[in-house]
Amino acid sequence: MKVLVAVKRVVDANLRVRVKRDGSGVELDNVKMAMNPFDEIALEEAIRLKEKGAATEIVAVSVGPAKAEDTLRQALAMGADRAILVQHDGRAEPLGVAKALKALAASEAADLVLLGKQAIDDDSNQTGQMLAALMGRGQATFASKVEVTGTTLRVTREMDGGLRVVELELPAVVTVDLRLNTPRYASLPAIMKSRSKPLAKVQPADLGVDLTPRLEVLRTEEPPERKPGVMVASVAELVDKLRTEAKVIR
Amino acid sequence: MTTLLLAEHDNARLDAQTAHALTAAAALGQPVHVLVAGGNCAPVAAAAARLAGVERVLVADDPRYADRAAEPLAALIIELASGYDAIVAAATSTGKDVLPRIAALLDVMQVSDIVAVESADTFRRPVYAGNAVELVHATDARKIITVRASAFAAAPEGGQAEIAPIAAAADPGLARVVEERTVKSDRPELTAARVIVSGGRAFASKEQFDALLIPLAEKLNAAIGASRAAVDAGYAANELQVGQTGKVVAPELYIACGISGAIQHLAGMKDSKVIVAINSDAGAPIFAVADYGLVGDIFELLPELTRAL
Repeated sequence: MKVLVAVKRVVDANLRVRVKRDGSGVELDNVKMAMNPFDEIALEEAIRLKEKGAATEIVAVSVGPAKAEDTLRQALAMGADRAILVQHDGRAEPLGVAKALKALAASEAADLVLLGKQAIDDDSNQTGQMLAALMGRGQATFASKVEVTGTTLRVTREMDGGLRVVELELPAVVTVDLRLNTPRYASLPAIMKSRSKPLAKVQPADLGVDLTPRLEVLRTEEPPERKPGVMVASVAELVDKLRTEAKVIR
Repeated sequence: MTTLLLAEHDNARLDAQTAHALTAAAALGQPVHVLVAGGNCAPVAAAAARLAGVERVLVADDPRYADRAAEPLAALIIELASGYDAIVAAATSTGKDVLPRIAALLDVMQVSDIVAVESADTFRRPVYAGNAVELVHATDARKIITVRASAFAAAPEGGQAEIAPIAAAADPGLARVVEERTVKSDRPELTAARVIVSGGRAFASKEQFDALLIPLAEKLNAAIGASRAAVDAGYAANELQVGQTGKVVAPELYIACGISGAIQHLAGMKDSKVIVAINSDAGAPIFAVADYGLVGDIFELLPELTRAL
């Protein structure tokens, strides 16, 4: 089973981004970037499937600028076998990324595509579902457990009301949720070794894909600010404030 | 033309988030049809028809839609799509699952999780865990939109829409549901509750999480929520997680207990009307968004609060 894993280079999830004063976006100069945490979980799952003997090869793919090579090198250091960078400067939207992934899933004859359920920059939560639709295949989104038996995939999904277990036949697309696994850190020898692993670069046009955005971001704004609150000294004072000032309890 | 709103439901009840999403759908300025796709879902269709502002309710009542799986549901909506220039759903686990599938098949870039409708093609949506808001103009002719229900008021009842049964579409047969582990709770639902009491890592065990929060929630008729740390530690079920990747809520009152207030948690609750934070660490970021902060030990303060209510 060949596994394709999509990884996105995003702002480090632990940082709080700043909106640029001119409303043209968020401040990304000199900001620490990292692999999207959900994609890291997807990659870890692929590596575990390979360690169990269920996967034979892991290809990490990223659609992004030249710098996304760093993210792919990290994927190789964690355990991906090869990497492909689809070079694209500027915003990449889920629809365009899904089209690029579809082309690569076909040319690589991937049996399983694993992705994070959302990227923590645009919070779209679309790419995996779009890819499955374009492939005409089944999807298992928000996965918290993935099992492969032969060509059948059994996935536990995190839903609004609880958990749901679904089965689907490969090829299929799985998007992963937080509790699927805890990604490993790459060891120093693995980081050294990753430098000699193959990393191919392709252009969107090579894949027959147009990544021109369809959403025009007119302005990026600060979220509405909350007015400052007050500290209370006791439970009695809190209850009094909630009753008489905020009037949210009786 | 017309807007199609996908109803969120469990075959028996129309989920409250649909009425909120209806307000966003109506703001597009076109008549709204609601699609109820389910199995034995007549009560849902009747409830949808009572929402003010709905012109017609389409009902696809068929076993293949009983679990609202994305693949058959997308196949159905694709058959209907030519009659609609906007397709809208609340950003629930069903809406998030199925709408991008439809968008890709129609070659449309979806607008996810909108919090405001500025015009029929321009919307506001949060990005970076709500630390920025983008004003986006969708250039595709057809709009496909998921709605953050907590950002829109619920459409009232008082409508009398026509209910029109429609035929099921061919089932692509790509996936099957083999098990459903839904937790039945007497508590109000997180996304519909007027009051939420939410717990974090500080509870230190599932037993203490339940022992302290359930009595407080009962006093307030509140839903129980949790931070990611509490869910990861096994103190609370995953469907209780509030945050960037869990549920986004905006109740009248949100009481955060023993929650430090990571960016990802704040993203899911900072639009609550009144926020109370109770935490032993006076420097915890949760206090920065709280209207009322109380520093102290949750193991002493929560029983005291429960008694005082």
